[in-house]
Amino acid sequence: MNRRSFLAATSTGLLVRFNLGAAETKPAKLNAFVHIAPDDAITLYVHKAEMGQGTYTSISMLLAEELDADWSKVHPAFPGVSKEYGPFQGVFGSQSMRTSWEPVRRAGATARALLVKAAAQQWGIPESDCQTSNSQVTSSKGKLTYGALAESAAKLSPPTNIEFKKPADYKLIGRSIKRLDSAAKSNGTAIFGIDVYRPGMLHAAIARSPVFGGTLASFDATRAKAVPGVKDVIKVSNGVAVLATNTRAAFEAKRLLKVEWTEGPTAANSTPTITADFEAKTKLPGAVARNTGSLDGFALTLESAYSAPFLAHAPMEPLNALADVRPNSCEVWASTQGQSAAEQAAMRITGLKADQVTIHSEFMGGGFGRRSNADYISEAVELSKLAAAPVKVTWTREDDLQHDLYRPASLVRFAASLDSEGWPAALRARIACAPFGGLRDGVSRTGVEGVHDIAYAIPNIRVEYHAADHGIPVSYWRSVGFSQNTFFMECFIDELAVAGKKDPLALRQRLLKDSPRLLAALNLAAAKADWGKPLAAGKGRGIAISNNIGSFTAQVAEVTLTNGKLKVDRIVCAVDCGIVVNPRGVEQQMQSGIVYGLTAALKDAITIDRGRVKQTNFHQYDMLRIDEMPAVEVHLIASTMQPSGIGEASTPGTAPAVANAIYAATGQRLRALPLQTGTRA
Amino acid sequence: MPATRFTLNGAPQTVDLPAAMPLLWVLRDHLQLTGTKFGCGMSLCGACTVHVNGQPVRSCVTPVSSLAGKSVTTIEGLSNHPVQQAWVEEDVPQCGYCQSGQIMTAAALLAKTKQPTDADIDEAMRGNICRCGAYCEIRKAIHRAAGATK
Repeated sequence: MNRRSFLAATSTGLLVRFNLGAAETKPAKLNAFVHIAPDDAITLYVHKAEMGQGTYTSISMLLAEELDADWSKVHPAFPGVSKEYGPFQGVFGSQSMRTSWEPVRRAGATARALLVKAAAQQWGIPESDCQTSNSQVTSSKGKLTYGALAESAAKLSPPTNIEFKKPADYKLIGRSIKRLDSAAKSNGTAIFGIDVYRPGMLHAAIARSPVFGGTLASFDATRAKAVPGVKDVIKVSNGVAVLATNTRAAFEAKRLLKVEWTEGPTAANSTPTITADFEAKTKLPGAVARNTGSLDGFALTLESAYSAPFLAHAPMEPLNALADVRPNSCEVWASTQGQSAAEQAAMRITGLKADQVTIHSEFMGGGFGRRSNADYISEAVELSKLAAAPVKVTWTREDDLQHDLYRPASLVRFAASLDSEGWPAALRARIACAPFGGLRDGVSRTGVEGVHDIAYAIPNIRVEYHAADHGIPVSYWRSVGFSQNTFFMECFIDELAVAGKKDPLALRQRLLKDSPRLLAALNLAAAKADWGKPLAAGKGRGIAISNNIGSFTAQVAEVTLTNGKLKVDRIVCAVDCGIVVNPRGVEQQMQSGIVYGLTAALKDAITIDRGRVKQTNFHQYDMLRIDEMPAVEVHLIASTMQPSGIGEASTPGTAPAVANAIYAATGQRLRALPLQTGTRA
Repeated sequence: MPATRFTLNGAPQTVDLPAAMPLLWVLRDHLQLTGTKFGCGMSLCGACTVHVNGQPVRSCVTPVSSLAGKSVTTIEGLSNHPVQQAWVEEDVPQCGYCQSGQIMTAAALLAKTKQPTDADIDEAMRGNICRCGAYCEIRKAIHRAAGATK
């Protein structure tokens, strides 16, 4: 297949690809999710874009299961934006499986019912005399393939009474099914957003204000324009853009731009001043996020403060988008978590209507929340409109680290009191953190989640919140508020166990006695990790739980410290995420979330200097590497409950499990992320 | 500017581009070989790894002028290599963006060290970031490929 046909195939789904090989195989549309060609090839439209989380495979499994499709003949494809896929298309909040479980299986089952109806009509027998399996309808009259039935089935009206398969009859759901994208991602043919090229396109790079909120004062493009391949240098809404015939020229010219910025008020803020503000605020009462029982009469003598820094998402594929704006149309090719957000951005900038805008979803080279924002898509649409040509904006890694919407920095002050037997009786938490996602009664849910909603049966709990905005853009980062708050909470619970002379596991078991799903995860992780079994000197075990995105997780970390140098040896994890659609996929996501959490626990921070991000590339903001990877065991808890989230389930618990293990090994209580144990590796 | 002649995936190739143009952008923007990925531009992440005369190199910092007379292999030229088969069998990729670079580095390791130990794998692969954290699978797949090439 040549380059052009491959691009056509990926940008319009796989239909074109089939047409290349077999001219007379126009597929019939049974519904928005299922199209079937006469040659039995089944296109499954996966409305949940793939960023590594496995929906390309798992959404296909839901459809194929209820459709009774031949798994070897299904081909996933990414559709455009359509209300047929729900009111707001996107992949965020670990919601893909939770929100697809019912409607997507219904789409598969409805398509199956249409095929049965078509077969029954052809044979002149009742539908109840027909069976389906492996893309065929069978009866005493013989068998008909789905491909042979699809065209007539598509003309029938769908039945309203749909029966789902019984779990005992599942052929795919609950089995470890291999990913459908492994081959393309191992031979270089998978098309990510950055891999799309269009005829006549220009490549763009944008110089943005180094200080957040700064504005363009003036620029001199003399040297930039002298770079071979540079076509133009223009002012855009968030800075100065270079348009060139290739990416390298755009990057090089951007580097040679001389730009003066009006820095604005954020230039007054640096990490030390932000931290000082957090410290001052949390000494005072804040907006009340939770008030259970009463703290009156308790001497809250056990006090600790914990902190976490800003963090960048750093997906491996730098942000990019390609837009082609014409007088009456706008096409966008992008790896995005926010299909609907991308469509809305394109409509806003071009003034076009939804039916004039086409969003082509491509594979994402990571998302982690960053790609829920449409800022980089807006840039491409604006530039294509200005340049009257297709324009691809590509961010450098420096752009990515310095112009992210960050996991907010945060600081909490805990104060607590134990009862006469050493069990926690009263707990107060005061959190300072930049708000996002809106304030309700002065509280940002994303600032307090993981603390105000703990399941621990402590009789008196008060959680307060201070909105502390310093002009640094913040947004959703894998597991959101839990990413820092679970570290704070689970380490402080460990401190309370020590103060009351309790085993950290026994304390949690007692406080979770009314939370059976969390307790089961806790007990399973502890048992699998040999909790309580003695370890050699210099080694320690730590435990932590989390209850986010509807799932219940516990993990035990085992660490070794040698002359202050930390090695994380092993992480044992247990999770209850309801019905498991693809066990292998869930294990991958748990492991991936652990690595994300471990990177945040052990590696670098984003720090602010006079309103700017100091870190520029991976030498200053490193990622966990293969030689630092611990052994990871994932244990799944069988459940008949509806599926809950998995992509963010394991990220929160890793840092506290490791910090608690360091305490167990050394007696050193680390209360700031990233964890610093003596000399750093 | 003088044209640079080299061998690309077994076939002769001539490109007429500025001498400093990194191989990464020659492959992607000019030859439409998009399997080689841009990740950092500073030889820090390994996503852009290709082979030059059989050695793994970071194409993002390799000027095209340095390739005269040399042989370049990209992910597109590996052609169902045992490492690629092992990658599929172990279901290594998640987002998959770094995997071309991981595979090129692993293939170069196995060409030199037929039966790598875990320490050999750490040494060879620590320059390649996988933000999805598929490191356990990467290790397993390299051992699997080593078994297949015994």
